Amino acid sequence: MAAKAQAEQAEKADQGDQAQAGEGVKITARGVNVWYGENHAIRDVNVDIDDKTVTAFIGPSGCGKSTFLRCLNRMNDTIEICRVEGRIEMDGQDIYAPEVDPVLLRARVGMVFQKPNPFPKSIYENVAYGPRIHGLAKNRAELDGIVEKSLRRAALWDEVKDRLSAPGTGLSGGQQQRLCIARAIATSPEVLLMDEPASALDPIATAQIEELIDELRAKFAVVIVTHSMQQAARVSQKTAFFHLGELVEYGETGQIFTNPRDPRTESYITGRIG
Amino acid sequence: MGAKLFLAVLALAAFAYVVARARASRAAGGAGAARFHSRPGQHGLYAALLVLISGWGLLFAAGLSSDILIEHLLESEILRLAPGLGAIERALVISDAEALATGAVSSSDDALRQQIAASFARWRFWQVWGLSALVLGAASFALLLALARIRPDFRARNRAERILRRGLGVMALIAVLTTIGIVLSLVFETFSFFANIGWRIDKFLFGTNWTPLSGVMEGRLDPDRVGALPLFAGTFLITLIAMLVAVPVGLFAAIYLSDFASPRTRAIVKPMLEILAGIPTVVYGFFAALTVAPLLREWGAALGLSVASESALAAGVVMGIMIIPFISSLSDDVINAVPQALRDGSYGLGATRAETVRFVVLPAALPGIVSAMLLGMSRAIGETMIVVMAAGQGANFTFNPLEAVTTVTVQIVMLITGDTEASTAAGPAFALGFTLFCITLLMNFAAQRIVSRFREAYD
Ligand SMILES: Nc1ncnc2c1ncn2[C@@H]1O[C@H](COP(=O)(O)OP(=O)(O)O)[C@@H](O)[C@H]1O
Ligand SMILES: [Mg+2]
Repeated sequence: MAAKAQAEQAEKADQGDQAQAGEGVKITARGVNVWYGENHAIRDVNVDIDDKTVTAFIGPSGCGKSTFLRCLNRMNDTIEICRVEGRIEMDGQDIYAPEVDPVLLRARVGMVFQKPNPFPKSIYENVAYGPRIHGLAKNRAELDGIVEKSLRRAALWDEVKDRLSAPGTGLSGGQQQRLCIARAIATSPEVLLMDEPASALDPIATAQIEELIDELRAKFAVVIVTHSMQQAARVSQKTAFFHLGELVEYGETGQIFTNPRDPRTESYITGRIG
Repeated sequence: MGAKLFLAVLALAAFAYVVARARASRAAGGAGAARFHSRPGQHGLYAALLVLISGWGLLFAAGLSSDILIEHLLESEILRLAPGLGAIERALVISDAEALATGAVSSSDDALRQQIAASFARWRFWQVWGLSALVLGAASFALLLALARIRPDFRARNRAERILRRGLGVMALIAVLTTIGIVLSLVFETFSFFANIGWRIDKFLFGTNWTPLSGVMEGRLDPDRVGALPLFAGTFLITLIAMLVAVPVGLFAAIYLSDFASPRTRAIVKPMLEILAGIPTVVYGFFAALTVAPLLREWGAALGLSVASESALAAGVVMGIMIIPFISSLSDDVINAVPQALRDGSYGLGATRAETVRFVVLPAALPGIVSAMLLGMSRAIGETMIVVMAAGQGANFTFNPLEAVTTVTVQIVMLITGDTEASTAAGPAFALGFTLFCITLLMNFAAQRIVSRFREAYD
């Protein structure tokens, strides 16, 4: 019952947003449930994620934010015991349909992880990895172009343009994370998923990443998981609050933080659920 | 007697522990007692260690020196009674006398032996009592000393730790010294072998005629007959065949297990591979000689090839099978050590499993894999049983895998187990062993260097 009411709320909130921003819905999730073996990690989640918008997932740790995020690019398929039910559509197409190849889906839905995980290869090779696998460049010049464009978009180009052949693992933490973002951008995805992308970084690197996320919104639908409510408030336009595997409340970020409808959201935001 | 005293000291040490601990805890618990630096158990440990060191140390030192002293006294007595006896006969008399005195069987019991036996028994009596008194006395003194030292400011913990640390150091030293001793004797014997062939090391390394024991003249070896090149070639050939078998199978098994197999499959297959590692090499040896070699011969005949009944191929293939678990298990470890985050990163970019393995996992694990191969190779080079049974004994200089070849290890076995006098046969054997040691040492060293660099990259 409660879930249904929230779904309606979410839809209403969406319509308001669409009217205002003029952007369509990119991903629709309906009745999503996830189990890890016996552990029911996500319970009947309905949500619409807008294009060209930053959507933040917040909630206490262990509430299923990462799990739900991984449903959106089918990364959960790589976990043996994980079972996903429900319907998730991207541009109206069911991404769990049998004819959808998860490998191709992941090229369209890029992902950035909590801990920067550049490959032990050169900076250039890190960024070129996706385009090479998917055959996006016909020749070296094109590949060079993709690498440069991606690094520029990730606001890293100026810092590394003179040492593209240096190992990516030799960069600072913040630079590594931006390298991972560049790597994800290089396959020209439509959606970028970020799982606590700044939680392993210092405040300055965090600010750079946040600024970058705001710029990325122009091209992609960005979904960011964060445990920091200030971060959610700073970078996102829409916020979803998860609690114990349920999507408790979803709406405009401003509304969620100033005028939450659900008492659980309010308790979390005011620091009573941790 | 030694064993009884040894145990007595141990018992005394246990007693010392209990008494010292009880005393310390009573002293510390008393009203108005000063605060103790060390806990009662540490005082107990210190007392026990003190008793052990003084008791066992004295037992070892005094026991050894009194044994030498008695031997010396008996010898001088024999010299007095029978001045004409040589050194070897004197030693014989003494051992007979000891046998007579303890009631064991001796080779003869003439008057001289009877008399020496009587003195031996007398000396032995004094030795037993003297030693017992000395050892137990020292141990008891140590106990009293330790008890007297139980005071609030006595640092029993630090003292006991220092003693333990030194004890551990001594154990480590024993291991190191043993290794050094073995290497030194290897080097020494090898040098004397080279001196024996007139320092013609070139003939040893590059000569092709290996019949070391047929040209022996008055203990001197003929440099023209100690050409070990066919042995090196045979070892190389068999190792190469073994690696050709083991590397692809072992590596792909490791990749399958770590990145493709379900946890269930992994749980079954990995122990099976480890069982393969537990099969004694002697079993592989007769498997090679009795099953694989005849099979290869038959297949060869069917193809019109003549395969010798002992062939490099048979030995190499079976040796390869023997090394598979070694390579797969080590490679599996390094492949698993590649962080999951890297795999996730690759999957997240839309790479398939195969692409992830090929472009991310294997490059990252490569140093470890190379070192696994080097370690497997040094196993193959030093392996003996399989080649003794399946490779052949004749020093045949060939690179044809279908012919019989011999290896360094096989020739060492032949030299040592043959019926030539040990002092002659040992020289070439030591030289071969030293060469083998140098090669495997270099390979292990290289492997370790590679692995440690790999570790640095991921920690
Ligand atoms: N790989 C996994 N295997 C089993 N259980 C998991 C796995 N990942 C997450 N879980 C479980 O799913 C629940 C949600 O976890 P997660 O999505 O990581 O939460 P969050 O990201 O909000 O902290 C937790 O109970 C967690 O234990
Ligand atoms: Mg998480």
